[in-house]
This record gives sequence, C-alpha cells and structure tokens, in this order.
Amino acid sequence: MIDRDQVAHVAGLAKLQFTDDQLTAFTKQMEDIIAMADQLDEVDVGDTTPMYQVTNLSNVFREDKPEHWQTRTQLLQNVPEKEAGLIKVPSILDNGEGEA
Amino acid sequence: MNFKTTIGLEVHVELKTKTKMFSPSPVTYGEAPNTAANVIDFGFPGVLPRVNKNAYRLGIMVALALHAKVTNETHFDRKNYFYPDNPKAYQITQQERPLGTNGWVEIEVKGKKKKIGIHELHVEEDAGKNTHGASGYSYVDLNRQGTPLVEIVSEPDIASPDEAYAYLEQLRQIILFTGASDVKMEEGSMRVDTNISIAPIGSDTLGTKAELKNLNSFAHVRDGLAYEEKRQAQVLMAGGEIRQETRRFDEPTGTTILMRVKEGSDDYRYFPEPDIPPFHISQEWIDEIGSEIPEMPNKRRERYVNDYGLPEYDAGVLTATKEMSDFFDATVKAGAPAKQAANWLMGNVNAYLNEQQVDLSATKLTPDHLAGMIKLVSEGTISSKIAKKVFQEIITSDTDPRAWVEQKGLIQQSDPAVLTPIIDSILDNNGQSIEDFKNGKDRAVGFLVGQIMKQTHGKANPQVVNQILMAELKKR
Repeated sequence: MIDRDQVAHVAGLAKLQFTDDQLTAFTKQMEDIIAMADQLDEVDVGDTTPMYQVTNLSNVFREDKPEHWQTRTQLLQNVPEKEAGLIKVPSILDNGEGEA
Repeated sequence: MNFKTTIGLEVHVELKTKTKMFSPSPVTYGEAPNTAANVIDFGFPGVLPRVNKNAYRLGIMVALALHAKVTNETHFDRKNYFYPDNPKAYQITQQERPLGTNGWVEIEVKGKKKKIGIHELHVEEDAGKNTHGASGYSYVDLNRQGTPLVEIVSEPDIASPDEAYAYLEQLRQIILFTGASDVKMEEGSMRVDTNISIAPIGSDTLGTKAELKNLNSFAHVRDGLAYEEKRQAQVLMAGGEIRQETRRFDEPTGTTILMRVKEGSDDYRYFPEPDIPPFHISQEWIDEIGSEIPEMPNKRRERYVNDYGLPEYDAGVLTATKEMSDFFDATVKAGAPAKQAANWLMGNVNAYLNEQQVDLSATKLTPDHLAGMIKLVSEGTISSKIAKKVFQEIITSDTDPRAWVEQKGLIQQSDPAVLTPIIDSILDNNGQSIEDFKNGKDRAVGFLVGQIMKQTHGKANPQVVNQILMAELKKR
C-alpha cells in the first residue's frame, strides 16, 4: 500500500510540487501500479540467484583512450541559457546536497 | 561529564586516467569550461556509458594497497538525486557490491600504533562544478563530470581529530605511492567528508552524528573536528540535543556553520544500473594488478632503518614522496653510501627544490651523477667545499661530475710535495700568526688555513693542509 505522504515525499525528491487534487489522483494511480508489480511477490524466488541485468553480457570495458568528444558549441546547443561557455541555471542554494 | 568521540571519514580520490569513468572524453584540469565533455557526460538521451578499464584497474590497485578484499562478482548502481552539477539526475556508483571491502590503514599518534578499518571502497563518477553568482544565477561547468573517483569509507574507528589527521596522511601517502592518483587536496583530486558524534564514556550507543563538509586541507579536517567535539559537548552539557545536520568548516573563524538539518536519512533510491552489464573480476587480473604495486612507504622506511641503518627521521623524510624515495634507492644502487645519499637528498637537494619551487623530476639531477659526486668526495678527489659547486652544476645541467671537475681543474690537491712549499711561503709572510700560535692562540691556525685555501683557490685537501701546517709550525 502506498499513501499520500509517500507520494509527496517522492515528488519532493524529484523537486516536483503537486496540488492536493493531483496528489490524490497520483496516489490512486501509484497504488494501482504498485499493486500490479506486487503480483511478482507471489513467485517463490527463494532459491534463485539475484539477477542484475537481462542482456547476458558481462565485463564490458573500454580502453582508456580519449575520443569522440564534442565541441562546446555542439554541446551547448540545447542549453536554454549560457554565459561565457558556462551553463546558466537559477541560483543554487549550496546546502551540501550536490557533488559526488 | 566526559565524552568519547567517534569519527568516520569518506575520502574521494580522483583516479589518474586519460578519460572519464563512463565516457571517452578526456580528463583535464584547468581547461576552458565545457570543452572536455561529451554527450554522455551531458546526459543526452540515448547515450550509453561504458566502463574505463584503467579506472577500474586503478581502483583495484588502491583496494589492494589498503589491504581490502576485492569483490569478484560486482555491478554498478544508480544513485538518484537532482542537482545541476549532474544533468543525468543520477550518479553511477557502486552501492550493493562495492569494488573492495574490509581494508585497513595503520596510523601512529603520539607513538601509539592503531589500525583504522576501511569499511568499503568503490569507483564512481564525479559531478560537474558549480559557481554561485551574485545575480540570482549559478553557473555550471561539466568538464569534471564523469571523472573517475574512488571513494574510501572508513569504519568509525577514529577516536580523535589527531587520529583523523594521521589516517588522512597515511591514506594520501599510500595512494600516492601506487601512482593511482595525484591526491592533491589543493587541486581537488582528494576530498574529505567527515562524520562525527560524541557519547558519554561508558554509553553503549553512539551519539547523533553531524556531517562536516568544505574541508580543504588536512589541517581544516583536524580543526573542524576539534571544534565539533567541543560544540557537541557544550550542547549536551547544557541539556540540549544534537540534531542530525550537515555543517561546513568556516576557515576565517575556525568554526563550523550549519548548512542544513537532515530529516531522516538521505533517500537516493538506488537500483542496479541497467545500462552497464555486471562484472566478473578474475583472481588472475587481481593478482596481476597486485604485482604492479610499487613497494609501500612503510616497507621502505623499514628497509632504510634495518638494512641501511638510517635514523627513523631520515627514513621518514626520504619517503615523503615516491619520487624522492625512488631517487634515493637508485643513488644507493649506483654505489653511494646510504647515509651520504640521504644527507645530500635531505639537505642540499631538498633546499634546492624548496628554493626553486620545483619537483625533483624538473631538475637535471640523476642518481648516477649524485652517486658519482659523492664518490669524488669520499675518495678525496674533491673537497666538500668544491662538492657544493659540483652539485650546483649537476642539478642544473646534465653534466658528468668527474669529467666536469677534471675539465675545470677543481680536483683537490693532496700532494705534500706541492702543498708544503705553498704553506712555507705563507708562514714566512705571517710571522705574527706564528707567534700567536706559540702563545696558545688557536685562532691563528684558522687564519693560516684560510690563507692557504685562498692561495689554492679552495682546492687544497684540508686534512693534508692541517697535518703539514702543524708539522711546519712546530719546526719554527
């Protein structure tokens, strides 16, 4: 089961704001989606090794060779606002959330 | 009330690769903004990340140097967060099955040795760089986006700010010696986040921790943690409660300032990265990487003390950088006695490097030339005074010391048949000094030696001069 608070919390993480009506509607929709996914819980996977990917590929590495990078003009083509080669964004409050 | 301190450190280290972690765009430092990135770094739709083999290799190298167990079956995970420094809105990292686990670093504080555990280390991508403007805008440069990092997470084994400092010093030095990173705090290739909590001594539970950021040097880490220890103790003593919060170190005041209060734990909604297939890391590859790790600084120090008989202090100075330590080893191998090689490197060479603000590799000095010059002194071919001239020559140009002193006529004069007449003539002209000597004034000898050295342009062998001078003085 999922409730309004959880939907509001996830929306907050995605920096989205919803009206009360939207929250009610999305909560109902999320409930249906999760109920559908919950059907998977009925399958007994106790003895099955977890799978992380469906491609059957493994060990796909790349050699450490610089290639295929674009010019700044190309990269910044779709950037709404720029200045002196930098991407201009609404002021960020540096509260320690960002960065690796 | 007395408190015990619990500190955990998260250290991010940039791996020294030519290209990014998941894209083949170049890793650079100080390039014009947004010129060293590509569509993968920018998170364009439809692009696929591919793992840089060399970055993973360097990650394994760091893991092995820190005595960690390398994970054989592994994969990458997606960490979701919205922030303009990363246009994908997620960071590719390793959360569930990190590259390495269960490592340790040995530190020494006030003569006491202690092992600090490493919980895990993993490779991941760095984010871009934000500059905060005054006009209601921020500016983003994505050159750094995707730069390979290894994040090293310590166990909460660190009990004081001094231990944190020692741990960082050790960690830096070990990684420096592997060559996997430049580990320079000032250039951002090493970054430190800390967690600190205090609890009354005897308490079974840990206190609420504060996270401390914006630490630009090891000294800031130590000072910031020391301030936090005091601040938290004051809050608790006053009957207050520690909130879970992120604080930053403020250099001008030496205090920590609140950035945000954390409600609950961070919620990054990790899940396995669907764009990168899992990895099987073979023992064979791990062993191969292990065999490429150069000898670590602690082993070198042991060898210098036990095999070469150097003082601990010398061993410490010589292993400050791998470059210096390698140079010392090569000089000894080229035939120089260890103590003399150490003295030259710690004295004149280090003084020169400091004065010129250059690295050893930027000079013309070679281990062969240094060993050659030391030999010229020890066999008596040149005086130690002349050696200083030779040193200036061999550190600034690629000159063979023996050929140079021969060509410049700087070879020390040790032949009594040549020196005796010179000494006699000086004595003839300095009757007063002879009288002073006879009256017990030792300074007279110094004056006479000076005259002889002047006459021979510093080339006379001081020991031989002394012997002849004393003999000649007694005859008068």
